[in-house]
Amino acid sequence: MIHIDRYEKIWIGFSIAMLAGLLIAVTVMAFGYGIQLPVEFGRVDPKTVATPGVSPFGEPGLRELAPGKYDAYVLAQAWRFTPNEIRLKVGDTVTFYFTSTDVQHGVKITGTNINMMILPGQVSRLTHKFENAGEHVVICHEYCGAGHHTMFAKIIVEP
Amino acid sequence: MTLSFARENRIASWHFIIAFVALAIGLLFGPLQVWEHTGIKELNFYPYLRAIGIQSYYQGLTLHGVLNALVFTTFFITGFLTFATVRSLQKPLTIPALSWAALIIMVVGLLMAAVPILLNQATVLFTFYPPLKANPFFYIGLTLVVVGSWVTGWSLFATYLAWRKENPGVQTPLIALGSLITMALWQLCTLGVAVEMLTMLIPWSLGLIPGLDPLLARTFFWFTGHPLVYFWLLPAYISWYGMVPKMAGGKLFSEPLARLAFWLFLLISTPLGFHHQYVDPGIPAIWKYIHAGLTFAVFFPSMLTAFNVMASLEIGGRARGGTGLFGWIFRLPWNEPSFAAQTLAMIIFAFGGISGLTNASYNLNLVTHNTMWVPGHFHMTVGTAVALTFMALMYWMLPMLTGKPLRWPKLALAQGWTWFIGMALMANGMHILGLRYELPRRSLIGALPYFNPEWTPFLIESAIGGTILLISSILFFTVMIGTLVSKERLATAVEMPVAEAYEPGPAPKWLDSWRPWLAGALALVVVGYGPMMVQLIAQSQWNVPGPAGRLW
Repeated sequence: MIHIDRYEKIWIGFSIAMLAGLLIAVTVMAFGYGIQLPVEFGRVDPKTVATPGVSPFGEPGLRELAPGKYDAYVLAQAWRFTPNEIRLKVGDTVTFYFTSTDVQHGVKITGTNINMMILPGQVSRLTHKFENAGEHVVICHEYCGAGHHTMFAKIIVEP
Repeated sequence: MTLSFARENRIASWHFIIAFVALAIGLLFGPLQVWEHTGIKELNFYPYLRAIGIQSYYQGLTLHGVLNALVFTTFFITGFLTFATVRSLQKPLTIPALSWAALIIMVVGLLMAAVPILLNQATVLFTFYPPLKANPFFYIGLTLVVVGSWVTGWSLFATYLAWRKENPGVQTPLIALGSLITMALWQLCTLGVAVEMLTMLIPWSLGLIPGLDPLLARTFFWFTGHPLVYFWLLPAYISWYGMVPKMAGGKLFSEPLARLAFWLFLLISTPLGFHHQYVDPGIPAIWKYIHAGLTFAVFFPSMLTAFNVMASLEIGGRARGGTGLFGWIFRLPWNEPSFAAQTLAMIIFAFGGISGLTNASYNLNLVTHNTMWVPGHFHMTVGTAVALTFMALMYWMLPMLTGKPLRWPKLALAQGWTWFIGMALMANGMHILGLRYELPRRSLIGALPYFNPEWTPFLIESAIGGTILLISSILFFTVMIGTLVSKERLATAVEMPVAEAYEPGPAPKWLDSWRPWLAGALALVVVGYGPMMVQLIAQSQWNVPGPAGRLW
């Protein structure tokens, strides 16, 4: 075996404990508090997904499922989100579905934990409950060409 | 008997020349980016760059990323590992023609990739995510650069095998061991990007296949993309473990644990690419979680390094007459440019490690993914721990290669400090902008329709940091060129600093044995990637053609 200095042993113990502790914290937040990442949901054909009648992305926008509960289908294309404005009331819970018809995009909705890559052929899904009135910016955060920085939408939460 | 490494010096010198020319051009775009980000119209110089053929911010950003993160690093590392391995083994290359062939392949690849970028035909950034489609020569060129770097590795492996035959039972010297492990890791992990290039990007950009699967392409890319950072980092560790303690007047505190750290990187580095895909659709939570755990595990050898290198510096400080709990720190050779710059790089790296751990923390990544936090993080890691260490290595390698003393050592000393201060300011601003204000990365910030004046103080902090980094870059190249054109000759030859072990005696056999570690690394890749890779390939639909025209 190799000789390890006493202080180094303490440091090794501290390192393992720190990393294990952080992993436990992340695990509790993910599976105890349910702060989830986007996962596998479904594939679509990017050539036809935006055709009305073929998929909900044919007519993007809000769908009310029950009072205060919505699905939002958002289409990402260079360089716009459709719809580019969504109006909600405080307390609404929205499940967002994003897909792209051309290149890779990304979405971060400011002030929320919604942060996803948007890939052609894939549907990205996450849910958020809007607890406060105000405006959120829907930012495209993956480079998608010359107009990338102009690609954004707004969510307005009314009291 | 003194060996002559004249041939190896020539090979390494060509690598270094190309690496630093690439760095010089790549660095120029950095300040242009932070100045533009301020939103102050007078500080946006991109409109003037059209006169020299740079059409947009994004073309400049592609040059910045490709030249600094891909070309500079790869050329420097292949040169440095050749330089260090032959000296560490005290054996010249057995098949030098292989190393020359490698260099030629890399240069041909570089030229093939550079032309489309300069012609604005490959403005796809250094991650080249499809289906943004670049000119095929961009993909073919980058592939050749990687193939050339493989061949450099084969030349080193051949030299090692010959050395092993002549020296049965002798422990591999640490610097050679670290170099060979770095090359082995590179051969394993670049299989991902090789598959992406050969089965998807090259045939698709040539029009041989109509479409591809972007998720599968990302998965192959990140198979390589994260271990890539250890390919950058391990040469810096070779210097920190194997050379810096000697410069500090000390010894390597625990040589066996240094060896263990290198082996652990070979073992764990590859099967953790999904931590770059935490927010990708199409990948189950359990696989993202497994890769989170493995990413935490690969942090461990860096923790070992932090203790071991610091303890080695303490030995040096005390040997130089330092006393007390912290007194030894002030006795370290802070007036030596190479030592000072590398030690400052280590300090920045500690903070870079912390912000990286944040990114790696599974759902915490929802807060930071693709925000300005991320370039803030990697400018402290690859942009300082790696790049500043590589510059610092030139402060003794250039005198060694040219036989000329380093010109203006005071300027070289100032270079390390200005890089440290500039990067601290820039990275601090970028981390705050990403975390608190959720600014996106890789975007024309000054032109954002939702630009918020609250960002301005931190954008200006970053811009000041970037300006100091520009000054630091100018100092570096002034010292390099000044030394090259100098007529002075060194009175005595410079030697590669090689740190002795604090406790002599060979490490146990299992720390000098390739089979178990290579087998373990392969097994971990199969377990950590195999099932998901098979599923993604089986489900893949190659039906994404990409946009009809260029989007830039």
